[in-house]
Amino acid sequence: MNALRNHPQAKWIGVALVALALLALPFALASAGTAWVRIMNLAILYILLSLGLNIVVGFAGLLDLGYIAFYAVGAYAYALLASPHFGLHLPFWVILPIGALVAALFGVLLGAPTLKLRGDYLAIVTLGFGEIVRIFLNNLSTPINITNGPRGISRIDAFSIGDFSFARTDAFLGLTFSGPVKYYYLLLLVMVAVIFINLRLHDSRIGRAWEAIREDEVAARAMGIDTTRVKLLAFAMGASFGGIGGGMFAAIQSFISPESFVLVESVMVLSMVVLGGMGNVGGVIIGALLLSFVPEILRFTVEPLQQRLFGRMLVEPEVIRMLIFGLALVLVMILRPGGLWPSAVRRRELSAGREAR
Amino acid sequence: MDHAWRVEKLRAPRPALLQSDLLMDIFIQQLINGITLGAVYAMVALGYTMVYGIIQLINFAHGEVVMVGALIAFSVINALAGSGLPPVLIVLIATACAAPLCMLLGYSMERIAYRPLRGAPRLAPLITAIGVSIILQHIALLIWTRNPLAFPQIIGIESYHAGEATITNVQIAIIGISTLMMAGLAFLVYRTRLGAAMRATAQNAPIAGLMGVDANKIIAATFVIGAGLAAVAGVMVANYYGIAHYTMGANLGLKAFCAAVLGGIGNLPGAMLGGVLLGVVEALGAGYIGDLTNNVFGSNYQDVFAFIVLILVLVFRPSGLLGEKVGDRA
Repeated sequence: MNALRNHPQAKWIGVALVALALLALPFALASAGTAWVRIMNLAILYILLSLGLNIVVGFAGLLDLGYIAFYAVGAYAYALLASPHFGLHLPFWVILPIGALVAALFGVLLGAPTLKLRGDYLAIVTLGFGEIVRIFLNNLSTPINITNGPRGISRIDAFSIGDFSFARTDAFLGLTFSGPVKYYYLLLLVMVAVIFINLRLHDSRIGRAWEAIREDEVAARAMGIDTTRVKLLAFAMGASFGGIGGGMFAAIQSFISPESFVLVESVMVLSMVVLGGMGNVGGVIIGALLLSFVPEILRFTVEPLQQRLFGRMLVEPEVIRMLIFGLALVLVMILRPGGLWPSAVRRRELSAGREAR
Repeated sequence: MDHAWRVEKLRAPRPALLQSDLLMDIFIQQLINGITLGAVYAMVALGYTMVYGIIQLINFAHGEVVMVGALIAFSVINALAGSGLPPVLIVLIATACAAPLCMLLGYSMERIAYRPLRGAPRLAPLITAIGVSIILQHIALLIWTRNPLAFPQIIGIESYHAGEATITNVQIAIIGISTLMMAGLAFLVYRTRLGAAMRATAQNAPIAGLMGVDANKIIAATFVIGAGLAAVAGVMVANYYGIAHYTMGANLGLKAFCAAVLGGIGNLPGAMLGGVLLGVVEALGAGYIGDLTNNVFGSNYQDVFAFIVLILVLVFRPSGLLGEKVGDRA
């Protein structure tokens, strides 16, 4: 087994198998119902968000409780530039970078005044920032109707390249590609790119600087790291991933409203990062997948189970989902602070701590 | 006021004068509303600031204690509303039920979610606190449903007028009760053995331990006292607005935290001052933002003020109004 694991070709065969499985996945899911493809797409969106937040929380150790605001900024940027609301219909490859940039700008805007603060203050300020963004989205319908208020923006354009639209169902090579399936492949592509960027960032000079700041900011500064600039960079990068995710979310849902960007969403993404393992890309992906799919599976099992046992629904799946999030946060922090799949540094730290005790 | 009255007597009343009189009344009205709200903020802010003072933890779930207190009081008042007891007695019974239960909740919170993490990195207890907050909200949702619950209006509202401004008996009661409770807290902290132990632990926990103070007990006591104040605040605010909801704690808690930071976190008089100031800022802001911005922004932006105050304080005076300069204890 060990010989097989160390074999260089075995690694590539493994990668190829995973790639094949990922390529075939939507068809397997589609046979169980298109709903599952949509759920998978949302799960990938959450992976994108978690990876973005992981840069801020996991790599740089800055607790951001308003992360969903950047998602909202990206989503609204896309919705405003590609919907009948303003009559603008720009192509998505123009808007997504704009959304990422605007989100990054918001990240800097938030970061600049607050990064001098200690970690726990930062958490509250980011939380407040998230709320401010939501309040503005809710109210910027008068005197000039920018966001259309709580009614949200509807009929948002789907992604399209020339005649190829992501909303239509097409037949190709004898296979039917429905809208969600096409989006799945696009999301998969973006996800692979984001994972790659994350891994490279983690091992880069900046990544090391982030880690140094996370472990000991004073020492990091003494080593010549421009801490404010590097922290700002973490904020901006995390935010831009959120912005891209938001743009894709707007296109896939074709409708957005401030409802989608409440505090609970920020907490959800944070739960994913914490549960999976802060700072570890693989762990974060697992955390995001788990917390996206377990609630959906619950939805399909808890309801019938309760119907059979009590004759009616006692506890809504939504409530169970939130209770799971809450419990996950508490239990992981107490029992396994590194998460399900801790990053190498954390693992070393944790075992070192045990020896010291 | 006196002056305006004399001028009016001498000449025929002019619209401009009337308007300035009205403006004054609106100002006083908003000031009364603001102080009432601020008294509630102050009570909740005290819980944040005491816990922070002792273990440098932002007890994120503190707002949920307010919510639980309000909802327990709702159940009790609802059950007793038709019993023919005097309304004031019913509210007192409700508070007497809510406060001990919330204190127990505060104790369990500390025991289960925070004590195991003492000495862990700062982020850890903050994250469990968020978890506790979500769990409490959704347990409350299961018990009290997701609908906003209208408090039975058992206390007849009486208004006292001063010009166009009015103050109700409920407002007077809120301001009076919170003043009393804060005085009681001040006595407890500055004049009793327990208070001395709390202050010693806040200054230097290891040394206090050497002097025979059981830090764990003191920390638990701090959580319990904070939770008691929060429960009373919850009963008051729910009676004031006449409504309770399982999400009411989060927003209130956040604002109270802003108040604690405004006053200087860890500083008791600071929390009181910050609470009242924030209440007044919010009420005046909501009352005047329409006029100031030519109705571009309306009072629906009320919730933004607290956060703007928070950010301004943190940027320009992170130690708050009454706080001392604290070093980086990262």
